[in-house]
This record gives sequence, C-alpha cells and structure tokens, in this order.
Amino acid sequence: MKSSVHIIGYEFELEKYASFSPQTQRRLAQNREAARKSRLRKKAYVQQLETSRLKLVQLEQELVRARQQTTYTTQPNGAGIGTFEMEYAHWVEEQHKQVAELRRALQAHVGDVELRMLVENGLNHYANLFRMKADAAKADVFYLISGKWRTSVERFFLWIGGFRPSELLNVLLPQLEPLTDQQHAEVCTLRQSCQQVEDALSQGIERLQQTLSQSMALDQSIGGSYRVQMAAAIEKLEGLESFANQADHLRGQTLHHMARILTTRQAARGLLALGEYFERLRALSSLWAARPREPT
Amino acid sequence: MEKVMGLASENGLVIFSKSSCCMCYAVNMLFQGIGVKPVMYDIDQDPEGREMEKALMKLGGAAAAGPVPAVFIGGKFMGSTNEIMSAHLSGQLVQMLKPFHHSMS
Repeated sequence: MKSSVHIIGYEFELEKYASFSPQTQRRLAQNREAARKSRLRKKAYVQQLETSRLKLVQLEQELVRARQQTTYTTQPNGAGIGTFEMEYAHWVEEQHKQVAELRRALQAHVGDVELRMLVENGLNHYANLFRMKADAAKADVFYLISGKWRTSVERFFLWIGGFRPSELLNVLLPQLEPLTDQQHAEVCTLRQSCQQVEDALSQGIERLQQTLSQSMALDQSIGGSYRVQMAAAIEKLEGLESFANQADHLRGQTLHHMARILTTRQAARGLLALGEYFERLRALSSLWAARPREPT
Repeated sequence: MEKVMGLASENGLVIFSKSSCCMCYAVNMLFQGIGVKPVMYDIDQDPEGREMEKALMKLGGAAAAGPVPAVFIGGKFMGSTNEIMSAHLSGQLVQMLKPFHHSMS
C-alpha cells in the first residue's frame, strides 16, 4: 500500500524535479541520501539502547536474587567464608552510601519522618552485618574472630570479632551533645552495663584459653585417652561460636538502646558519626600501608 | 524436671551449668560483677544429669544455643545467656536481683 502511494507521490515530484537546475537536482539527491543514512543510524542506535536497557534490568534482578540467597550453610567451610568476604564488601559499599545520605539529610535539615527512615535503615544494616557474621561463625569461627576480614587499624581495636561497644559509646558521646540530664544518666548506665557484659565475656574467653591450654599440655597420647582429650578440646572450641554471637548480640543491643534513648535527629547524628569513624579508620589503614618508608 | 525445679525453688539464684562450659563461667562472672553470688550447679557432675539436660533443653526452646547456662531467679526460669545479657542492658536484671544483693557493687 505504502509503495503505490509512494510511487504516485514520486511521479508528482518527478515533474517538479525536472524543472530544477542540475546543481539543485544533485544537491537535493545528496540531501535525501544524507537524511536516509541519518534515519538508519538513529534506528540502529535506538535498537542498541533498547537491548542494553533489557540487559540492565536482567542484571539488576540477578543481583537482587544473588544477594537474597543464603549460601553459607549449604557450602563447605572455605566457600562459606568466600561468600562472606564478598557480602561484607557489598555491606561496606552500602554503608558508605548510607553515611553520605545521612550527611546530606542532616545538612539539608529534612523532617523527622525522613530522618526516622534513614535511622531505621542504618540500624537494619548493622543487624544484617550481625546476621552475616553469625553465618560466618558457623562456617569458621577462627576466621571471624581473627578479624582477617577487616582492615589493619580496625583489627588493632578488635574485641571478639569486632569493636568494643562501650568504646564506641565513648566515641559517639561528644558528637551527640547537647543531651538532657535524663539522657546523660541513661547513656552512662548503658555504658556501664555494656562494660560489665564485656568483662564477663572476656573472662569467659580467657577461661576457655586457660583450660584448653592446660588440657593440651597433658600428654595423653597413650590409647583412647588421646581421642578423649581431643574430643573434649573440640567441644571447648565449639563454645567459641557462642562467644562470637554474644559479642555481636551485645553490639546490636547497644545500638538498639541508644536509638531508644536518643531523639531521631540525635540518632541520625550518632549513626553518621559512627559511619564516619569507621571510614576514617579504614582510610588510615590504607594510608598506613602506603606510607613512604626507608628502602631496606 | 522435678530435680531442676526443686533446686531452682530451694535457691534464690541458680545457674545450671557444666564444668566445661565457659559461657556459664562468663554469666557467673557477670552476676558477681553486679554484686550477687549465684549457685552454680554443674549438671554433668550429677547422676541424673542427662534427664536434667533434657528438661533444660525443653525449657530453653528451639532458640537456645544449648541447655546451659540456664538461669533461674526466684524459682523462675529467666533464660540463657542471650536473655540475661538483654535484661542487663535494659536495666531489668539489676531490678530483679535487688532482693539477692548482699552488697551494693
């Protein structure tokens, strides 16, 4: 249908065309050709964009699905930790985004409703970390409490696989002023309770070390005693997972209570201060590694 | 179960433990740190230990990491490490332990 109309129109144009000068005719032909080429290029470009867009949507869906999968418990030990390292790298990236978001929101003086959402996101993000760590502890508790997955300066402050919550409270407090007298009292009580739990857990781990060391020092290599000795030692080491979990439970509870004591705005400032603190420690680790040294 | 509940009601503050359990030791240290001295009952040293362990597992439910430590305050089952830590951070533990203070810490 289109071609017959085109032919009729073309014949009409032909008459007009014949009356033009040769130069004009040539110019018109060139213009037509250029326009045709331009249309073809545009068509190809649009098709490319469409294909890329579809690919992007597919990739995004795959990424979400991959992140949602829990893979540790069904994989052998080594693989579980590999997944943890990858997940932790994503966690740090997301943390960075959230910190930037908090900074922007506080500078822009957004309302409490939006701040509340950001605070909830921040708290959930930490809860996710503790869940990831619990899975990693099942796969390889020594890896987790060694802090191998953290930067060097963070490892310097390590207490049972992470930061000391009471110390973090000390870091945060000056950033949260002004606090009401009531808030001050509650934070001080929280900090004291936190320290007491930390001391108890530290003493528990020390006892584990001592008793394990003592039992390993005995030479029970004769007959079945060796098996018994080793079995008892393994049972002891399995207790380490509890300590790792309780340390994270303490961290989570401390965050929860701080969010309860503080106003939304203060909690947002607190989360920002905490995130920036960790970022600075990580940056320090990089700078330390790259510092200029005397050639040996 | 009767033995467990019997011991719990006889003693105001009991932590059922095992001699090899270091988390039990940690919970004991926490209580002592806040000024009370709980009775530590090692179920692995008791001839009825297996039954007691089963009873404690039932009390603790699916969420508990193990039968011990199992903390009883005033004859009532308070939970394991998780519950005790949470209770201390919320300030509830100190309140519950007030009648058992022989000295303020």
